[in-house]
Amino acid sequence: MGTSFSTFNSSFSIRNSPFSIQANALTKWYGKEKTIAVDEVSFNVEHGEIFGLIGPDGAGKTSIFRMLTTLLLPDGGGGSVSGFDIVNDYKQIRNTVGYMPGKFSLYQDLSVEENLNFFATVFNTTIEENYHLIKDIYVQIEPFKTRRAGKLSGGMKQKLALCCALIHKPTVLFLDEPTTGVDPVSRKEFWEMLKRLKKEGITILVATPYMDEANLCDRIALIQSGKILTINSPATISASFPHPILKVKANKMSTVIKSLASLQGVVSCHGFGEYAHVVVEKENDKIIDNIREHLIAQNLQEIEVRKSEPTIEDVFISLSRNGSN
Amino acid sequence: MDPTNKILSIQTEKLTKRFGDFTAVNEITLDVKKGEIFGFLGANGAGKTTAMRMLCGLSTPTAGKAVIAGYDVYKGTEQIKKRIGYMSQKFSLYEDLTILENVSFFGGIYGMTSSQLKIKSEALITQLGLQNETKKLVGSLPLGWKQKLAFSVAVLHQPEIVFLDEPTGGVDPVTRRQFWDLIYDASDSGITVFVTTHYLDEAEYCNRISIMVDGGIAALDTPSNLKKKFATESMDDVFYELARGAKRTGD
Repeated sequence: MGTSFSTFNSSFSIRNSPFSIQANALTKWYGKEKTIAVDEVSFNVEHGEIFGLIGPDGAGKTSIFRMLTTLLLPDGGGGSVSGFDIVNDYKQIRNTVGYMPGKFSLYQDLSVEENLNFFATVFNTTIEENYHLIKDIYVQIEPFKTRRAGKLSGGMKQKLALCCALIHKPTVLFLDEPTTGVDPVSRKEFWEMLKRLKKEGITILVATPYMDEANLCDRIALIQSGKILTINSPATISASFPHPILKVKANKMSTVIKSLASLQGVVSCHGFGEYAHVVVEKENDKIIDNIREHLIAQNLQEIEVRKSEPTIEDVFISLSRNGSN
Repeated sequence: MDPTNKILSIQTEKLTKRFGDFTAVNEITLDVKKGEIFGFLGANGAGKTTAMRMLCGLSTPTAGKAVIAGYDVYKGTEQIKKRIGYMSQKFSLYEDLTILENVSFFGGIYGMTSSQLKIKSEALITQLGLQNETKKLVGSLPLGWKQKLAFSVAVLHQPEIVFLDEPTGGVDPVTRRQFWDLIYDASDSGITVFVTTHYLDEAEYCNRISIMVDGGIAALDTPSNLKKKFATESMDDVFYELARGAKRTGD
């Protein structure tokens, strides 16, 4: 292989990059109106890291994945995967990465075993050679190995797709919404599998709209409308929340949420499951008493006001609100 | 079971559905009060979709009883269908029709008169703040708007019950909360909300939830009682404790 220079920085060979994945002002637009899908997105993923792109549908996650896996050309900026340039070195990248698209993309009319064999053969390897990588996952679908992929349940399809993405021992794994529509138990099992793969030294870039999965990543980027809102470890991001938060509950939550949003000293109020998260300017006994009195005045009962810790979702809401206003 | 019960919207007793040797739904018994927000949870393959299809009058039970919106689930399927609304993440609205066209189309299907439709659709457009978008094709709207619109269309004819199947998948956190504001409004106006979701924090917005495991109801209570029962702060733990013992997997 000859020398390869980055298109976005020709002064050094990115083959020796300290990062497994680099995105540098990556940009993509679509259509005649040049609707921006990915807007100068930059981030670095270290070797062996689980890095999460956390954001809703339409945030640009899939476009970023497609550009990094060389399936789509960027309209601006650039990037590298395992030191290979995403435009010039597309052949090397395709050989070294594993990609599990959000939409089930295996051959529906081939059996479980045939699909796996197919992907192994395409990458000049065999199932036996890398069986240790997929073993934990494959044993769960092995009883159905003669079944056509199209006839598998959602959870089993997901496991097969992961096996097919792993069978050539990729150095970097791209997982685009692997757990969307999957029930909480299967999601938990899936994340345990990812942790085992991380121990094998595989770098994992994972996209998800589930905020609670953010905490399972080493570092995350929160993304919305093609723009990155923030990048850091989940704990640091949660701790960066600028205000104190109180958990509030009463017998009629819709009234709690509506009536507290406009109370003095309250920055915002959102439902968070059983409780509402009330973001306050300052946390003290006075505001707690004010909230309580305010709710009593609304004829509410079973009132509970407690201190709480901010979550990734609190940060996401706060950052996306600031961005849109 | 009393069809004239004015307090309960959904009553089932040992409701069962078998496909050949396979019991998809096994003797489920539950009551849902009028105006209640009821969360219907379960792992993939637990039987939620089959159960919901029976409750909507789309699938005849093999055994058991059910009264939905005052009508028997065996004999009154047509009356049931008129009195419910349905929305899922997959089937929402016609992408090639405008917002207003979709509203008229679905309102028409539910037998609303044009004068009723006019009043209702204006209220809907105002509530969603879509005054300037009414002539836009639904396909061009962001996902969050589509889902909010789909919900509003599903309750346009003021049904007794609205069934929501994974309504907020992939929607951003702010829009998800606006969506729940709409659900609360519907519930306040007396509409019973029956919702499935994989977001367990979302399940906690419900007044009561049930968790299905292997075709049966493994737990049914308020979110806070369930958490107390399992001595945990997190709904995830409750679900995991109940569902990890499941023998069935898959959809």
